[in-house]
Amino acid sequence: VCALHNSAGQFFSSGHTNNWAVLVCTSRFWFNYRHVANTLSVYRSVKRLGIPDSHIVLMLADDMACNHRNPKPATVFSHKNMELNVYGDDVEVDYRGYEVTVENFLRVLTGRLPPSTPRSKRLLSDDRSNILIYLTGHGGNGFLKFQDSEEISNVELADAFEQMWQKRRYNELLFIIDTCQGASMYERFYSPNIMALASSQVGEDSLSHQPDLAIGVHLMDRYTFYMLEFLEDIHPASKTNMNDLFKVCPKSQCVSTPGHRTDLFLRDPGSVLITDFFGSVRKVELTMDAINLTDPINPVNGEEQKEVYSYADQLPVSEIIHQKPKQKDWHPPDGFILGLWTLILLVFFKTYGIKHLKHIF
Amino acid sequence: MAITEVERRRGQLAALSIAAVVIIVGVPLWWRTTETYRAWLPVSQIKDLAKLQLHLSADVEVVFARGTVTPEQQKKVPLTQTQDEEHAVDEDTTLRYRYETKYRTATIMEEDALKKPTAAEADLSLHVLSESPCGSLVVYVIPESSSLLPEDVNVYIGQRRTALVRISAQMRVGKTLEQLLAHLEPRIKQVLQVMSFSHTDITVALSDRVRFRPGNKESIADSMRAFKSSPGYEITFSLLNPDPKSHQLHWDIEGAVQTYIQPLLTKLSPLANFSIDSQTLYYTMLGVTPRFDSSLEAYTLNADSLAHVINPVEARLGSNAASSNPVLNFLLYVPDIRHSPLYIHDHRKQEVPSNAFHSPRWGGIMVYNVNGFYGSETEFPVHVNINMAKVMGVFLAQLRLLLGVQSLSPPPGFLVAPCGSTGLADWELDRLMWSRSVENIATATTTITSLAQLLDQIGNIVINDNIAQQVSSAVTSLQLAMAELEVGNLGFALQYSKEAILASEKAFFDPSLLHLLYFPDDQKFAIYIPLFLPMCVPILLSMLKIVSEARQRRREKQAKKE
Repeated sequence: VCALHNSAGQFFSSGHTNNWAVLVCTSRFWFNYRHVANTLSVYRSVKRLGIPDSHIVLMLADDMACNHRNPKPATVFSHKNMELNVYGDDVEVDYRGYEVTVENFLRVLTGRLPPSTPRSKRLLSDDRSNILIYLTGHGGNGFLKFQDSEEISNVELADAFEQMWQKRRYNELLFIIDTCQGASMYERFYSPNIMALASSQVGEDSLSHQPDLAIGVHLMDRYTFYMLEFLEDIHPASKTNMNDLFKVCPKSQCVSTPGHRTDLFLRDPGSVLITDFFGSVRKVELTMDAINLTDPINPVNGEEQKEVYSYADQLPVSEIIHQKPKQKDWHPPDGFILGLWTLILLVFFKTYGIKHLKHIF
Repeated sequence: MAITEVERRRGQLAALSIAAVVIIVGVPLWWRTTETYRAWLPVSQIKDLAKLQLHLSADVEVVFARGTVTPEQQKKVPLTQTQDEEHAVDEDTTLRYRYETKYRTATIMEEDALKKPTAAEADLSLHVLSESPCGSLVVYVIPESSSLLPEDVNVYIGQRRTALVRISAQMRVGKTLEQLLAHLEPRIKQVLQVMSFSHTDITVALSDRVRFRPGNKESIADSMRAFKSSPGYEITFSLLNPDPKSHQLHWDIEGAVQTYIQPLLTKLSPLANFSIDSQTLYYTMLGVTPRFDSSLEAYTLNADSLAHVINPVEARLGSNAASSNPVLNFLLYVPDIRHSPLYIHDHRKQEVPSNAFHSPRWGGIMVYNVNGFYGSETEFPVHVNINMAKVMGVFLAQLRLLLGVQSLSPPPGFLVAPCGSTGLADWELDRLMWSRSVENIATATTTITSLAQLLDQIGNIVINDNIAQQVSSAVTSLQLAMAELEVGNLGFALQYSKEAILASEKAFFDPSLLHLLYFPDDQKFAIYIPLFLPMCVPILLSMLKIVSEARQRRREKQAKKE
């Protein structure tokens, strides 16, 4: 009874059994290095705190680590002096390059993917999942730019979240956006259990942190930089709550004013742990009963002829060697075209006189 | 003068005919070419489904054995009674439970069966005599003098769909049939709560429709533990060997699955399809360092640290599931030689007998100590054969919990038979089928109504024929499922509810239903004005000119008349 009460107490506090994260970087080109670094830093923190790759949908619109202009290939740094390589050797990107589009993003959120989509590209959340959604890129008042060619509006995003709520695809949602005028993106939300944070208010720009002179571009945005610093102090068992996350990057450090929205959220933000969204602390129950099995194991029938599989011959050399040459299309015999042209030329010179031959020879 | 008059008339006719063509031909053409194709949906039926009225009905047969009723009472029996209970869950959902109770006396063969020495044997022979259909119950009332049940036990719940109820001493003689029935009623009600659907189960199954306020802690824990209804599940058994240099492990997983797990899954096949696979992982440690307890000469893991065990392991597990079905992971961990033996302790520092724990909606982990199989001088690596019966006993118990078979504590005086070799009693299967049917119906109705609402709100989404067909078939299946539930055909109700949920999910998650065409009003104007305004301005102006000229002429005519 005591164990049940204790674990029921844990259940009661948050109501979720699994965690998902959807991390999206929407801009491409080398000078938008910082957006990829932002997303990868959040990816790194989320993995460190326990969410497995199978529960993370990572969308990067461009490949900075293997970009031709990267002086340190296979790395993406988040701090000048190259202290922290957020690319590492364990990064699993689910949507890359041109696959990061508004359509794919909305399909991932609403679940309306073609049946051939593999599991790693799907958001298979249920009604007991807490989802973290992080967006970064270039944005404006009411929209976010994808790939420099299309945009998603705040109304579409709010509708997508409502469809997720209708189908009970989340228990609680934390939405973080690091773009210019980011607060406009969460203005239109109307589904319950959503908490939103943005790096700047409407009319303000989110600024980048600092350039690295060796790499030549700005490495991170301010808001995500200070958020990463804050998350580095969190470990899977920590009890820090959301009110501390709201205080990250005040105006003195960020120049823009970060905003947040909690009116749609049912619980008090002070009781929401950071690890409820960024980590994946599993609920655990002790197995008290076992079933008494007394039958001996039936030996698996050895006579069952297992189908013998073999690889198909990929390169049937013997067949190739002894192959007859393929029937080519019929061409007229070789001299024919040459003869035809000679005839035409002769007729021409006959008609107009032989003296024009001098133009050729 | 006349020429300009003819020309003017021609001009007027031209302007009028252009306007006519634009309005009569152009506007409908533009409307038809820019409208989105929306196939017909049964909207009125969907609206009816929004108000869900579920009627659940169970058949109960109460059989009186010899010695429980007097000969005069025997003549009045058989009779039938019907009980109705109504509950309103919220303003859109009402539940009605109906229990049809038939009373009769026992046949000769049943009397013989009841004379067996133990309750378990009686149960078996009664089952051989007649098999009750899905969802129904048979309760045998035995006299107080019967020796089938031990002293303090009044009710025995069998492995199939029968229960044995012993009447108490005061009902021996001189009582009327009504008093007997009144005495039995609370007992039978208790039996129904255990063996058939109960209000708490059904309300938990409706959680998709009705978002509950945090109420009873235990019921919330129960609802979070089991996987939601899904057409299929993938089960993966993994053997974790962190120390292959010391232990060479051998487990007959194929045989064990065939013997122990497959019977349960075959029994559960009306509910869902199951696919099983297994793997062995080497050099995978638990993420937590166990503590050495010198009093026990063993390493311990306490309950609080168990939560952090799963994540590092899960990253290594991999998954070859080719579908979107939920995955249940069962891990068998054999500790490395430096941390053997390893025991799991609960919050009171007591050893957990099964040495296993499970995580809701994920799976289970069992720690299997092999240090007892060899002495200290053996040559490493040691070949160890794992006792699959013990392992599968634990995994089977965890599997039952994760699939939603509640392990409830029966009321006092009840004796519940152990669930047998398949791992699931028939009445437990019935309970699962009731709650799954209700859950499927609730989920399917929510999906269909929200899809209809969505398509109604956003006028720009194209509704293809296949989506309309899926929606119609979902609605039909839902209606059939509810009708079957009302009659009490549990098997058919579950089948129809599964069809309904498949069709509704297919319709809701169809890739073509993506709403990308959000046009704010100012953008709409911005697109249409440059196209239509230059064309409309001359037409309008010429119309105005015609009208003003006509008015002027009429005024002239008026003036001329006077």
